[in-house]
Amino acid sequence: MDNGKSNLYDWMMNLDRRWVYLVIGVVVTLTAIAPFKVPVYVTPEVRNIYNFVESMEPGEVLMIGVDYAPEAMAELHPMNYAITRQCFAKGIKLLLCCLHQNGPGMVEQVIAQVSKEYDKVNGVDYVYLGYKPYPAITILAMGQNFRIPFPEDYYGTPLDSLPMMRNIVNFDNVKAIINISAGSATEYWINYANGRYNAKLAIGVTGVMTSDYYPFLQSGQIFGIIGGMKGAAEYEDLAEKGGYISSEKDQLTAFKSMPIQTTTHIVVILFIVLGNVGYFMSKKKK
Amino acid sequence: MGTHDIIFNGIAAFLTLSIYTFLYKDNPFYKFAEHLVVGVSAGYFAVILYYNGFVPKLIVPLWEQGKLYYIIPAVLGVMIWTRFSRKWSWISRFSLAFYIGSGAGIAIPLYLQNFVLRQLSASMLPVGISTWPMITNILIIIGVFCALTYFYFSKEHTGAFGASAKIGIWTLMVGFGAGFGLTVMGRVSLLAERVVFIRDYLNELFRYLS
Repeated sequence: MDNGKSNLYDWMMNLDRRWVYLVIGVVVTLTAIAPFKVPVYVTPEVRNIYNFVESMEPGEVLMIGVDYAPEAMAELHPMNYAITRQCFAKGIKLLLCCLHQNGPGMVEQVIAQVSKEYDKVNGVDYVYLGYKPYPAITILAMGQNFRIPFPEDYYGTPLDSLPMMRNIVNFDNVKAIINISAGSATEYWINYANGRYNAKLAIGVTGVMTSDYYPFLQSGQIFGIIGGMKGAAEYEDLAEKGGYISSEKDQLTAFKSMPIQTTTHIVVILFIVLGNVGYFMSKKKK
Repeated sequence: MGTHDIIFNGIAAFLTLSIYTFLYKDNPFYKFAEHLVVGVSAGYFAVILYYNGFVPKLIVPLWEQGKLYYIIPAVLGVMIWTRFSRKWSWISRFSLAFYIGSGAGIAIPLYLQNFVLRQLSASMLPVGISTWPMITNILIIIGVFCALTYFYFSKEHTGAFGASAKIGIWTLMVGFGAGFGLTVMGRVSLLAERVVFIRDYLNELFRYLS
């Protein structure tokens, strides 16, 4: 009997990881086929960003730094869409730039789709500055004048000939910056845009990065964090209640993935419990 | 969804599944998809860098605007390539010295200010037991102090000092736990998005075929 139990504990301890992958794959697939609704609790750090955008007047300028590549689309694209839709619905002008080499396509995809939805015009309602390498140098230069690193926008039009840029020189002329990032660019925005030029800054980052940036929220260097898909779902929830996006138009992509998050987390927790029971029991036997 | 979307989304679905086959074991499908991702990313980056960095920051100022002093950074850039030669690699040190020197000059004061001093001042919080924020402030102060004692290795971790270090390691574990939880969430997000993509693609495919 004891020998049988020991074998069970050993099996629990040495479970082939492919079984874990298989179970998670099955659970995710089943939840995707038969989804259910999960309530989302909105955290203060996400609400801060939403409320800030909500408090902005039509015609004011918000800057969005889009610093992620396709591999982070699942987590960051939904928040990018939600913020952009909220801004365009409120008549807020957007200044977009990119400090990640694979990011220009991310900006174009979002801006092309949402500008069409709200009938917004390039150069009048939004300006896409484009991509420049070396984030530190680029941010420092933008703090002096956007025209130093970006004499032309992404499409080759000189900034001075764009109506929206007439009264925009540097960070002093934008109400805030929201950096949506999957890498080290966030550190540069905190260090140079906020630290050097005192620009008001909020961030949207991947789940992996989120816990690293909470100290900056506490120190007041940033005024909000949207953390991964859960943060994006929170923002979508607020934007839906505000009437900026709707589930009928399939605009709540992160929110709709929350059931998958829930079921998968339950499975992961069960596997952790299983592994720990095996560990402690086999230790007790020895 | 038209024929064009069916074909290209089908390729995307096939590549997604090819990548996931690695979870079972390494195989030619995974190798093909992996090499394709690396190749496309590198090619895309090279083109983006050329048109957003090299052309506007060197070709245009030098050839179209006649700013001849742009030759200096161009030469410094070319000098870095001498690293490929054992005989001439010493030349690259001038470029690297300039690059590291200017980078450190820009970064160090601001990093010290924003990543050390601002964080230190954020740990100096008002304490009391009257309100909830003050209780959390006390927890932050205890957590920071005890975590720092764990990393003090000049004294043996015994007695009161050892107890403080013990609380410190628990504090660190809470931080790692939060990080792990968020990492799981991040990885699941990627899987969820791909599964939903394949589900939607199959729906569209069946609709198209019928």
